[in-house]
Amino acid sequence: MNRIKTTGMYELFPRSGCADSRSTHYCAGCGHGIVHKLIAEALAELQIQNETIIFNPVGCSVFGYYYWDAGNISAAHGRSPSAATGIARTLKDRVIICYQGDGDLAAIGLNSTLQAANRGEHIAVIFINNATYGMTGGQMAPTTLGGMKTLTSPFGRDPLTDGYPLHVCELINQLAAPVYIERVSVADTKRIFKARNAVFKALRIQKEGKGYAFVEIIAPCPTSLKLSPLECARFCANEMEAEFPLGCLRDKSDQPIAEAVPHQHVSAEEFFSKPDYDFEILAPVVDHACKESSMRFAGFGGQGVLTLGLWLAGAARIDRRFTTWYPSYGPEQRGGAASCSVVISGHEIGSPAADSLDLFVAMNQVAYQRFVCDVKSGGTVFVDETVPLDKKPPTDVKLVRVPAIKLAAEFDSPQSANTVMLAAIATVGNVTLRRESLLKSLEGSFRKKPGQAAANRDVFIRAEQRLKS
Amino acid sequence: MPANSDESLDSGKPRPLINPDECKGCERCVNACPVHCLKISETLNCRGIRPAEYVGQGCTGCGICFYNCPEPYAIKIDKPDKVSQPAAVEPR
Repeated sequence: MNRIKTTGMYELFPRSGCADSRSTHYCAGCGHGIVHKLIAEALAELQIQNETIIFNPVGCSVFGYYYWDAGNISAAHGRSPSAATGIARTLKDRVIICYQGDGDLAAIGLNSTLQAANRGEHIAVIFINNATYGMTGGQMAPTTLGGMKTLTSPFGRDPLTDGYPLHVCELINQLAAPVYIERVSVADTKRIFKARNAVFKALRIQKEGKGYAFVEIIAPCPTSLKLSPLECARFCANEMEAEFPLGCLRDKSDQPIAEAVPHQHVSAEEFFSKPDYDFEILAPVVDHACKESSMRFAGFGGQGVLTLGLWLAGAARIDRRFTTWYPSYGPEQRGGAASCSVVISGHEIGSPAADSLDLFVAMNQVAYQRFVCDVKSGGTVFVDETVPLDKKPPTDVKLVRVPAIKLAAEFDSPQSANTVMLAAIATVGNVTLRRESLLKSLEGSFRKKPGQAAANRDVFIRAEQRLKS
Repeated sequence: MPANSDESLDSGKPRPLINPDECKGCERCVNACPVHCLKISETLNCRGIRPAEYVGQGCTGCGICFYNCPEPYAIKIDKPDKVSQPAAVEPR
């Protein structure tokens, strides 16, 4: 004598609160119970209970972990595919199942669902479509049929204001990655056995590591639809199937597994220890004779003011000074206001912010107006010749007019106005950095473009000669 | 206790083993049974619901009521080894 009985579930469900409970928390005639049994049976038959992790959704089936004798996790509403992606990628030998309802999957979690499907994550998604929000009392769901009355569509769902029923299987079928997509139903015996085979296949695809499987199951919710269990089953078989036709949309489970190209692993230590220059940079040394000096380089994005600051900071590193470089720019990559502050010191630096400037370089009028008042007494301002001086610098500030843009154009290298400015800083010589270090820092920054290094060195030297004369 | 829930007995014939206290009375099994050998009981179970019960004869052991039932432990089926099954219930 054989015995047909439930396998893959706990013998008792003590987590439900009743120590001797053997019944589910579902209403009479609920589709969840039928699908739970199909999943549990497939788990037991495939012998994968010990390596299976089921993501319980937010919805009536949130307590799936009362029943399935497998690993269970609950994710945030709609985020099962995202959480499952993490588990599937870190524990590659596990079978991952996302059990989700239509509120969870098709409403709040639709993005996560489509992205995970598009990436072809190794998860089996069991999607329970009952055309309503069951747990919260029967509100309109994305899958609610046109004209259907729910708590939040009391006059029937009007597609013109509430949208049309969402066909999730068809949406996912637009994507290249999924391996298996099928829509089934548990309305009657014939359909239940098709659903049984579909669930089994989705889980087998996971066991074999073949990729993303999606099974939509049309399930009755008699309570929320205010129908008797048998009426609701008939509603699923007739009205719902007219909107959501059953059938297999895709089955590539017999095709060989596609292998991703493996990445070369680079450790964080290795990644961050890549040198910035071809030559070695030694750690800074404390030198109390070297006072802290703050600098700002400002202009519009694309003029190379951030790079100019980097050259100064680089030269400070070569000279074994402590230094910080702190950029500030708008959301646009080119054209907006851009500036950076550089602090160079003989001892450790407390703050990278430069509010009281020893040196200020302005490449345009806006930058000059904005920052010139921050220059402290005894400081130096380098301004491009093209900038009108409509604002007077503070007293005791040295003003240097540099024809940077003009000279750069003259040297047939209009983008290297910042290099001319660097030469001006080196010539006026009020920074404690050595000229060789500035030049070394300039060339070192072009180590991947040797031609540029030579060209900028050339501009630097020619500009120096012109500025001295 | 109804005779058909005594699981220890081997009657030698196919039969459904219904646990009346787990049944929620949705009638899906009664409706699905191809040989109409299930009915709704006259008596109430501990939940105050009229559960499904076996009429006492006619069961073929096909398992259809089991798969229609949303409850894990409300129905089990005893079936003799050599009874032909609907193709859908055959092992995969």
